Amino acid sequence: MPALSRHLRALESEAIFIMRETVAEFAHPVMLYSIGKDSSVMLHVALKAFSPGRLPFPLLHVDTTWKFREMIAFRDAVAARHELKMIVHINQQGLERGVSPITSGSSVHTHVMKTEGLRQALDQHQFDAAFGGARRDEEKSRAKERIFSHRSSAHAWDPRNQRPELWNLFNTRIKRGESMRVFPLSNWTEADVWDYIAAENIAVPDLYLAKPRPVVWRDGTWIMVDDERLPLLPGENPEIKMVRFRTLGCYPLTGAVPSTATTLPEIIAEMRSSSVSERQGRLIDADETGSMEKKKREGYF
Amino acid sequence: MTAHALASADAPASAAALATNSLDLPTLRFITCGSVDDGKSTLIGRLLFERRLIPDDLLATLRRDSLRHGTDGDNIDYALLVDGLEAEREQGITIDVAWRYFATPTRSFMVADTPGHEQYTRNMATGASQADCAVVLVDARKGVSRQTRRHAAIVALMGVRHVILAVNKIDLVAYDAAVFHAIAAEFTAFATRLGLEGVVALPLAARFGDNMSARGERLGWFDGPTLIEALERVSITSTMVPLPFRMWVQWVNRPDLNFRGLAGTIASGSIGVGDSVVMAPSGASAKIRRIHTADGDLTRATTGDAVSLVLDHEIDAARGDLVSMPESRPQVADQFAAHLIWMSADKLLPGRSYLMKIGSRLVPTSVTAIRRRIDVDTLEPLAAATLDLNEIGVCNLSTSVPISFDAYADNHATGAFILIDRETNVTAAAGMIDFALRRATNVHRQALVINKAERATLKGQKPLILWFTGLSGSGKSTIANLVEARLHAMSAHTTLLDGDNMRHGLNRNLGFTNADRVENIRRVGEVAKLMLEAGVIALCSFISPFKADRDMVRALVEPGEFIEIYVETSLEACIARDTKGLYKRALAGQIKNFTGIDQPYEAPEAAELVLTTEGASAEALADRVIDYVLAHGMRG
Repeated sequence: MPALSRHLRALESEAIFIMRETVAEFAHPVMLYSIGKDSSVMLHVALKAFSPGRLPFPLLHVDTTWKFREMIAFRDAVAARHELKMIVHINQQGLERGVSPITSGSSVHTHVMKTEGLRQALDQHQFDAAFGGARRDEEKSRAKERIFSHRSSAHAWDPRNQRPELWNLFNTRIKRGESMRVFPLSNWTEADVWDYIAAENIAVPDLYLAKPRPVVWRDGTWIMVDDERLPLLPGENPEIKMVRFRTLGCYPLTGAVPSTATTLPEIIAEMRSSSVSERQGRLIDADETGSMEKKKREGYF
Repeated sequence: MTAHALASADAPASAAALATNSLDLPTLRFITCGSVDDGKSTLIGRLLFERRLIPDDLLATLRRDSLRHGTDGDNIDYALLVDGLEAEREQGITIDVAWRYFATPTRSFMVADTPGHEQYTRNMATGASQADCAVVLVDARKGVSRQTRRHAAIVALMGVRHVILAVNKIDLVAYDAAVFHAIAAEFTAFATRLGLEGVVALPLAARFGDNMSARGERLGWFDGPTLIEALERVSITSTMVPLPFRMWVQWVNRPDLNFRGLAGTIASGSIGVGDSVVMAPSGASAKIRRIHTADGDLTRATTGDAVSLVLDHEIDAARGDLVSMPESRPQVADQFAAHLIWMSADKLLPGRSYLMKIGSRLVPTSVTAIRRRIDVDTLEPLAAATLDLNEIGVCNLSTSVPISFDAYADNHATGAFILIDRETNVTAAAGMIDFALRRATNVHRQALVINKAERATLKGQKPLILWFTGLSGSGKSTIANLVEARLHAMSAHTTLLDGDNMRHGLNRNLGFTNADRVENIRRVGEVAKLMLEAGVIALCSFISPFKADRDMVRALVEPGEFIEIYVETSLEACIARDTKGLYKRALAGQIKNFTGIDQPYEAPEAAELVLTTEGASAEALADRVIDYVLAHGMRG
């Protein structure tokens, strides 16, 4: 295993510092786990931060029921391997109302199954701090978000009223009912995440690697036909293409990119020569103008 | 697709063509300063462009926009790239620092993009607190301006060690070497006065890329570094004497009986297995047995390493302690002078209790005096009674218990702190410790032969502070008088401190401004504490409108000794009663700063007792207080 570069080691140390600070200052922290590469890195760093002990908090996966099947299998395997307490929350009310990305559209589906689901789970378990794997280089509203990001008792984010973060002195004070979202990977870039995964030999879902997969061309991107629930539109014929995913979400809302990168080094090489941004494959970001900021204000991660 | 492309391009760093960081240099965090006209936006836009961080689709848009409303003829206007993003920010998130990321073949960079508008002091200070280097931009046509000096002063105050002066828009003075040298000389002289050493000056035409990554023919006369070279060469590790070992205990790592590690990140210096360490402020000492990390034990750990220190024997150590070595201990004091940059819209109130976070330590503190305010434009000292948003002052602070620290000038990791407003939880100030006013080790309290418990035993009671708070006319004094009469009848030793009476004596020099109300309660709290120590039950009847001040009194005594009694009466009922005729006058505007009328009352959230007066008799309410006192061991 190659030794970490000073750059990566500094990022890792910073993330460990943030996680320990959270555990020391909050009564009921939880780690949001979304199965993707960022969550994988965040979990890996957390296991280091609290070594030789076990994680002093549970993980929470808000399952929309539309994740790639491979993701769910990967999640369960990770939980078993590290003996993690993994809370899986599904918004049952949303399910009963028949909300899905197919019938409700991406905006409603994401709001109900992800944002509302997350709020339900946080309220139900009375978590006062929740780690998220978001990075500032991902999207414009994230670029301005703090590492310790305050949420009102209604889980709302107020971007106009954020606390300044000076030195590494994080203000973790909250009132009863309020909570904090904590982003230990804030200063990592997509390149850092992949370099770290390679250097530390961290397992990530195979969906990131190119493979022949059944896809249809829809809304300007390649959508994988992961199960029989995806209705085909007139003229759509699933074809087998060599594709991979740069980010992972609900499969009907996550565009694949044509790629031949079947190994980690090939992914890294491909990313370095890419000239489009990472979340370009996410249909939910493009719904409306300023859409990520809007979702975050409502409590989305 | 255009809207989406613009959206995703705001933070496009990941789509990077980055080579490996071959020299393994540490990441450089820097800020850019200078007013918007000096070309800051163009500089950042051009930097991202040259590092190939602008996605192709956005670049096409940019070319179109530049033709349409660029200020640069047929050339690409890089400022549009950044300004397009800032336009959005101006709709609300202007106070913010956004970090951007890029890398060259030899180094990774984080640059704080701080808007150069009105609120720059707070923004700059926040960015500068994390920066190793500042790039100060000057417009070659205008030379060193008021803004330049102001920014340089803040950079110096925050202790940013490396400064690069970029004389931009050199194209607009025909690439004239004489202009560059004159500006460089003037700035360097000013910087020296501020204590900024080793300023690297370079000419720049950010718009055309002259001297950004490559020299460019038109600056052939310049033999110094390009901007990228200068940034790559900044050495983060101090060339001076290495700093002494410091580590704040962040968290005690105790997964099972066999392992007890003090988890933390080495703040400065280094430590090895077998070294002796001492805890501050307790002074307990031990030797390092193991330095645990998840990747295996280390024999030596150095600045920035996140570790768990295992000691050779158990000593009292907890979050907030500072680990050092016996021969180079931090200072320990409870009074010191510090620079404060005020960051809250609520003004600084001397005497009010704030929370200070220094390292992993959180302690109540108050500003005891404002020595002077600093005019950042002129560096002139000014007299001040308070500090407002963005103002900088030198203050005396007092903490409730001694803390361990170093002067900020010696060690940022142990000399920097923040102040937190206890009521709103906002970060109210950034602070930098200058020096201790007196060492705590020299101000031992006089040991007393007879203590509080012994005095109380003689009286056969448990001393308490019964604190009645509520609006003027709510019925505090009426109830307090009834309670005291009953306690007296039960042979309890009591006293009653009343707001109006105190203002005739001890507090007669105080008015009703927020600052005076804070001081009023502080004095009353100290008197009540003396009464408590004498073994007496002290009944205190004060409007005491601010939660932070009531909490300050609570913090003066031991848990269970301060009983907060909220006399709850609606403002309407108080106005209707108006026993002293004060509301009538306040409503007529004849009394200023009247609680409930033009000053807020912060109701208690967790009072031990809430007495709702409307619909209840004063006697019945007094009974409830008596019941509480009896239930909590008056005959202790």
